Amino acid sequence: MTVYLLRRLWYSLWILVGVNLLTFILFFTVNTPDDMARLNIGGKRVTQEQIDKWKAERGYDRPLYWNAAESGSEKLTRTVLWERSVSLMALHFGRSDSARSVDIGHEIRTRMWVSLQLALPLFILQLIASIGFSLLLVFFRHSRIDFWGVVLCVVMLSISSLFYIIVGQFLFSRVLRLVPISGYAGGLEAVRFLLLPVFLSLLARLGSEARLYRAMFLEEIGKDYVRTARAKGLSELRVLGRHVLRNALIPIITSAGSYLPYVFLGSLVFESFFGIPGLGAFVIEAIGGQDFAIVRTMVFLSALLYIASNLLIDMAYSWVDPRVRLA
Amino acid sequence: MGFKFVILWTDLALWALFAALAAYVWHVSRQPQLRSTWTKALHDGAMLASAAVLSIFMLISALDSVHFRGALALTEGQSVTYYDTRTTSLFDLLLAKPLLMRESTYSAPLATRALLKEAVERDGVSVRELPRLVFGGAHLEDPERDWLADVLQRVVLGLAGGALLTAAAALALCAWDGRGQGTLLERVRLVMTGRTNYPWRVPLLTLAAIALLAGPVAALMNHYHVLGTDRTGNDVLVQALKSVRTAFVIGTLSTLATVPLALVLGVLAGYFKGWVDEAVQYLYTVLTSVPNVLLIAACVLMVQVFLDTHAELFDTGLERADLKMFLLCVILGLTGWATLCRLVRAETLKLRDLEFMQAAEAFGVPHLRTMARHIVPNVMHLVLITTVLNFSDLILYEAVLTYVGVGVDPSLNSFGGMINLARNEMSRDPLVWWSFVAAFGFMLTLVLAANLFADGVRDAFDPRARAFRPRVAPRAL
Repeated sequence: MTVYLLRRLWYSLWILVGVNLLTFILFFTVNTPDDMARLNIGGKRVTQEQIDKWKAERGYDRPLYWNAAESGSEKLTRTVLWERSVSLMALHFGRSDSARSVDIGHEIRTRMWVSLQLALPLFILQLIASIGFSLLLVFFRHSRIDFWGVVLCVVMLSISSLFYIIVGQFLFSRVLRLVPISGYAGGLEAVRFLLLPVFLSLLARLGSEARLYRAMFLEEIGKDYVRTARAKGLSELRVLGRHVLRNALIPIITSAGSYLPYVFLGSLVFESFFGIPGLGAFVIEAIGGQDFAIVRTMVFLSALLYIASNLLIDMAYSWVDPRVRLA
Repeated sequence: MGFKFVILWTDLALWALFAALAAYVWHVSRQPQLRSTWTKALHDGAMLASAAVLSIFMLISALDSVHFRGALALTEGQSVTYYDTRTTSLFDLLLAKPLLMRESTYSAPLATRALLKEAVERDGVSVRELPRLVFGGAHLEDPERDWLADVLQRVVLGLAGGALLTAAAALALCAWDGRGQGTLLERVRLVMTGRTNYPWRVPLLTLAAIALLAGPVAALMNHYHVLGTDRTGNDVLVQALKSVRTAFVIGTLSTLATVPLALVLGVLAGYFKGWVDEAVQYLYTVLTSVPNVLLIAACVLMVQVFLDTHAELFDTGLERADLKMFLLCVILGLTGWATLCRLVRAETLKLRDLEFMQAAEAFGVPHLRTMARHIVPNVMHLVLITTVLNFSDLILYEAVLTYVGVGVDPSLNSFGGMINLARNEMSRDPLVWWSFVAAFGFMLTLVLAANLFADGVRDAFDPRARAFRPRVAPRAL
């Protein structure tokens, strides 16, 4: 177990190095820091001095990969690539590129909790709703309920999540006036603001998830142990709830686990639509304001979370199914 | 009047795609096994109906992908022909009148007056009233009196036209399908009761529904704004129709862009194993570690900067917007190949150990030939299933990306752009619902058809998936 974990961590480190290199090439080689400076300062006439000042303020004035002017190992270390990579790895995110120049680390630490408030209940409710709905369909398999249930799923997954948001906001906030249209408040007040996004996000993904889980359950239901369970005289509900569900958990964990990074990152679209100041809205603002430092940091951070959640999924396998040994 | 063809990047790609599609159909018709699989797939009503809907959307995008610039009239003593800065497509010619019918601001579907009151000077006094539209119902003398009769007349005419078209199509089909058996009337009865080889009834009903909808719309659209106008007075129906091409381009080109990388890397990894496999796996793990939206956003931001700094490369704004869309497809392809690659690799690993591969090795067939002749044809079904499934996802994805601000250029019509605008309109008073409903209707039709088609293809090519098909068990006798 320990050996396995250590090996995984070692591999993860290399993945992170790869992600870092990829984003660096994307952000610094495709367009030089001069281009970024010109874009960020804005305006038609940008002097070279302004650009140099902008670069110096943000530490982009060194060579990108190889500093020939220095000597020894400093040829490698006194470059933009090295400095950025080391500070990211140490989780020192620095300040953003734009004129407002916010402290990225501080923003992430405060916004993280807001995102979590939205995403964690959503994640749990999503699992419950999707599993419940798909089990219902499986219970009524080969009947009209199953058929029309799947048709409903296909229709639901053919509708863009943006439509759910717009109709939901219109219906529940404008017409029925049940919840505020958007915004956020701290403490217990938050529940009022989070109710609608959680519900709509649930609805938007229910179609695809329920259909997927239904297929997983049906795959299990043809197996011999299910027949044995029925032969023992167990009720269908018990067979589904106790035997099929437990055995189908592995593929379900895999599919649900791929959403885990988003639990922390927040759902990009939902946060910005509902004006919830979480990490997702942060990214969208950064993209809108072309603040590359923030986008770069978030790419790195989400890769970190992805790797961590994959590790969690693997641990969950061995917890769900004792036959799976991590070695 | 002269004109000059404009070949946009996406036009080129789309026509190449149509050519490839034709080549595939020819290939299928020559391969007995593929032919039987496709025949089986097409024996399904939902599949035929969705294929009919998709081919209509395909036709629209094909017409909208032939671009040209008309020549401007020669003035006295001018020897060089100048061309219009506006690029038009064949489809624009069909929509010539509605494209020109530009009002000044919002108006409701089929309205003759604007939605908002404006101050008008009348007999020296300024009154606030709803002004008449410049084009919508402009031919009516007294809109309050003539409107209903005029609209009804056009609707009935359109319905009749649609019905005639459907009947013609149905008769042609009946005449073609049952060559040499029974009279035409008998064959019509067979089709209508659903006792034909192919379930023709379902696609015919679908076509009938579309024709009966499109008929009145076509009869009305040159005189009214069937789906109203947006804030800048543009016809919403025209926008929705023009958005079809954008959605189609994003859906097809992005999925196709994933195929070369995924196929080559997947087959190489599975075939050679060892360090090649390790390297490919490392590559796609790195790629999948970054949430797709962020990676795409990062790439698109970079493309944006590149386009901004190289403005001199483009003749017209459309060419620039089009290249941006083309690059977006490439980016979507470069960031989305991991899933398919993983599938291909696993399948290749499985194939590698089969006897026919050992035979090929024993005969001394070179690696490249083995891969091309023995492995690639055997993983093609995975490629087909994944690409078809991806198509609808990408159309939905485009809307989200455009909302985030890294999607299609705002100057191009797209469903994402329409939704983006509709979002603000839904909170207006009086409510402007038509852009939203138009985008919703078109998008749902397209995506639903694509999803049903994809399910049909998957059921035909993946026998395991067939077991999960919802079906109502026949009643016990």
